[in-house]
Amino acid sequence: MLKKFSAALAAVAMVALGAAGQTLINAGGATFPYPMYSKWFNDYKAKTGVAVNYQSKGSGFGVAQITAGTVDFGASDMPLTDMQLKDFSAKRGMEVLHFPTVLGADVPTYNVPGVTATLNFTPDALAGIYLGKITKWNDPELTKANPSVKLPAKDITVVHRAEGSGTTFIWVDYLSKISKEWEMKVGRGASVNWPAGLGGQGNEGVAGTIKNTENSIGYVELIYAIQNKMPYGNVKNANGEFVQASLASVTAAAAGAAKTMPEDFRVSITNAPGKGVYPISSFTWLLIPEKISDPAKKKAITDFLGWMLKDGQTMTAPLSYAPLPKEVIAKETKAIAKIK
Amino acid sequence: MATSATTPQMARPQGRASFLSRAFSADSLARVVAFSAATCILVITALLVYELWSHSAISRAQFGLKFLHTSTWDPVHDDFGALPFIYGTVMTAFLGLLIAVPFGVGAAIFLAELAPPKLSDAMTFLIELLAAVPSVIFGLIGILVLVPLLSKVVPPIRDAFQGHPPVFFSGSFIGVSILSAGVVLSVMVAPYIISVSREVLLAVPRDLREAALALGATRWETTWQVVVPFARRGIMGSVFLALARALGETMAVTMVVGNTPRISASILAPGDSMASVIASQFSEAIGNLYPSALIELGLVLFGITIILNGAARLLIIATGGNAAK
Amino acid sequence: MNLSFHRKAVNAVMLCLTGVCTAVAVGLLFFILGYLFVQGGFSLNLDFFTKLPAPVGEMGGGMANALIGSAKVLLLATCIGVPIGFLAGIYLAEYAGGAYASIIRFVTDLLNGVPSIIIGIFVYTMVIANGGGFSTYAGGLALSIMMIPIALRSTEEFLRSVPGSLREGAMALGATKSRTIASVVVPAAIRGLISGMMLNLARVAGETAPLLFTAYGNQFWSPGWKQPTATLPAMVYAYAVSPYPDWHRQAWAAGFVLLTMVLLINVTARTIVSSGFSHKQK
Repeated sequence: MLKKFSAALAAVAMVALGAAGQTLINAGGATFPYPMYSKWFNDYKAKTGVAVNYQSKGSGFGVAQITAGTVDFGASDMPLTDMQLKDFSAKRGMEVLHFPTVLGADVPTYNVPGVTATLNFTPDALAGIYLGKITKWNDPELTKANPSVKLPAKDITVVHRAEGSGTTFIWVDYLSKISKEWEMKVGRGASVNWPAGLGGQGNEGVAGTIKNTENSIGYVELIYAIQNKMPYGNVKNANGEFVQASLASVTAAAAGAAKTMPEDFRVSITNAPGKGVYPISSFTWLLIPEKISDPAKKKAITDFLGWMLKDGQTMTAPLSYAPLPKEVIAKETKAIAKIK
Repeated sequence: MATSATTPQMARPQGRASFLSRAFSADSLARVVAFSAATCILVITALLVYELWSHSAISRAQFGLKFLHTSTWDPVHDDFGALPFIYGTVMTAFLGLLIAVPFGVGAAIFLAELAPPKLSDAMTFLIELLAAVPSVIFGLIGILVLVPLLSKVVPPIRDAFQGHPPVFFSGSFIGVSILSAGVVLSVMVAPYIISVSREVLLAVPRDLREAALALGATRWETTWQVVVPFARRGIMGSVFLALARALGETMAVTMVVGNTPRISASILAPGDSMASVIASQFSEAIGNLYPSALIELGLVLFGITIILNGAARLLIIATGGNAAK
Repeated sequence: MNLSFHRKAVNAVMLCLTGVCTAVAVGLLFFILGYLFVQGGFSLNLDFFTKLPAPVGEMGGGMANALIGSAKVLLLATCIGVPIGFLAGIYLAEYAGGAYASIIRFVTDLLNGVPSIIIGIFVYTMVIANGGGFSTYAGGLALSIMMIPIALRSTEEFLRSVPGSLREGAMALGATKSRTIASVVVPAAIRGLISGMMLNLARVAGETAPLLFTAYGNQFWSPGWKQPTATLPAMVYAYAVSPYPDWHRQAWAAGFVLLTMVLLINVTARTIVSSGFSHKQK
């Protein structure tokens, strides 16, 4: 009697605790594309049975953990720097491959009582504000770009992300490009030593702080601004036009880069040249090691990449993500073969 | 009755079983097993210290003692200093105790001196349950209830000073802040203060109270001027206990403190604590120096824990009393 | 007369204040429970206990994998931590004395006071970064390290509370020391020991920090022990700090389930001790 009972209990335990059989891929990284990835991985599991466990812990996590080898692949809004690539080879004994998935952008959002128009921001204005050098809303740099708007003589409250994030990286990458001073003083990273301003937690923390603080300015993801119906300004691009972020202007930024896309896909498209380009745009990447020892995992990942570049790209628009340009997709599809 | 080869401890000198059978007897084995288990703890702790020490080596070599008094936290330029987090840890814990100690001792006085025994036991039971609430639940309520509430309540209080608030209560307030973390911590450590203080107050001999009352003191005067001073050391012990809990608290703090590595004079500003920054940044620390700096923070935190533990023990030895839980 | 009135007034006011302090302290517990219930209780349906999390933006889904994951991690932690702590407690209570015992007690208190995040880092650097990867067993290991000091202290305390006469009686009857412990001392303290183990479990069941870098998280079922798994406290944390209102709702529900479980275990443990043989020494 006891024997039967324990046998039954063991069987139940085995099922409940799970015998390792199905393919489970562990991944993690960027929070910006998480809604997209979440949908992709769910649909992919329903279609093929392969479970990709993606935890949205931030771009820094994606880079740090793929380098440590604790996840099967990572995701990041920032490509690895040369030093980080060297570090990866040193630690893992192989190279890491970048695969762009979707496009995103950062927009400047603000709360200035009395101002309902869409403000224009020049690169110098944004750099000056974030360096703490432009301190008032009626600074000449802002008024000359917005001649028809009455800007108050109030102090600007700067808001940035408190924690490390790819959203920050896109923003400071842009600032580094258009301001030598920023590049030298602060530089690029998921988390930087901000010269000025308040920190908010996540996109919603920044948005909430701006809503509650008069005369404030901050940056959030385009998709976040769209979904939460927030006002955001136009930014002057390399072509001299003031462009507002939209799926079209972000795609335009990528299109220019598509023709000169390097082999490893590590490219920054902030301040990209071209007409109608929104200058604070960026790719987001999956970070995949070039050698995957487990054959089941290798097949699952390469198959997923193929699916993502075909079916996955058709699913982006409803979630307000801009899909990849055709040239990039073609190049990537060829690059999948690099995974051994 | 032991009639097998294994002989009782108080064995007769002659006719003892062989050395081997005694060595492997259940009795000796049991002692060895228990001893190993106890030694296990030493091994684990030693390993822990070793790991913290060795993985912080890069950071210690790079910064030396400067680490403890530099306030830069710059992952881009790989320049790290612990001061903002030491400050945040101390400020949030201090604030937490500042709120919890008066409330806690007050409640302990009520429970020990005034409440009828059954009511006192029942209420203490409930308060001790508060100590069992997981940290992440406090964080959940902190971030979704307390922070929005403080966002509404605090600015009017600050503005009531009409432009000249005291420096520690000035500046912009976005909700997540040292203040919020302090309030959450106070709720978390109050049960410890209440529970232990109540016990030490109950342990004060009745004669003292009766003598004071006989001399014409009011209930309050008796409590405040006779009983509490007598129990002073035990209450201090409970404060130490609460402090130790507050310093190491991670989840609740990281959810409401604002995660900003900056030192501000105002408690309305966001900040960060050592445990909190380790929890939020460790898994995203890219490179070698960055994670090493975070582990060095862990080492500093561990060091503070040792010092506090040692001090609490000394206090207990000085009082010659029972160990505070 | 004035002096007397002043003293009487101070007396009344201060005693009232202490009552207020107590009311606040007790009220907080009810507030927390009540708030969690109101926010999360109504979100609790069968789905919560049986379904996997839905992708972001889609309504519905549940936390079945987190419940099982927590159970697995806690099971492993108990199987490792409780025996070690129990045996070590026996050693301190029955065998040891002097310097070695003091050292062990001090180190145990130290380990008990170590912030749980540091234990998480410890397991990460020793097990996960060394090639193990995020896994359920690493999470269980981290929690077991937290259980050991508590198990040791409570075992030692309850064993010490057993009167020496029982031990001497057993030995007078010829029992060996180990026999005495196993058949006489431990059963005499069993209520306290079980209660202590339950309180230990309740404390560790709510721990999140050590699981962040060990068990990681998983939106699917976690097979076996070597894969990452979702756990209830980690889900509460992730959902609470997320920007999605639906996730906040689920965080409340999960928090309510977690708190209810922890409090139930606590109350049961305390009732076991107070209802029977209880020599609660301080």
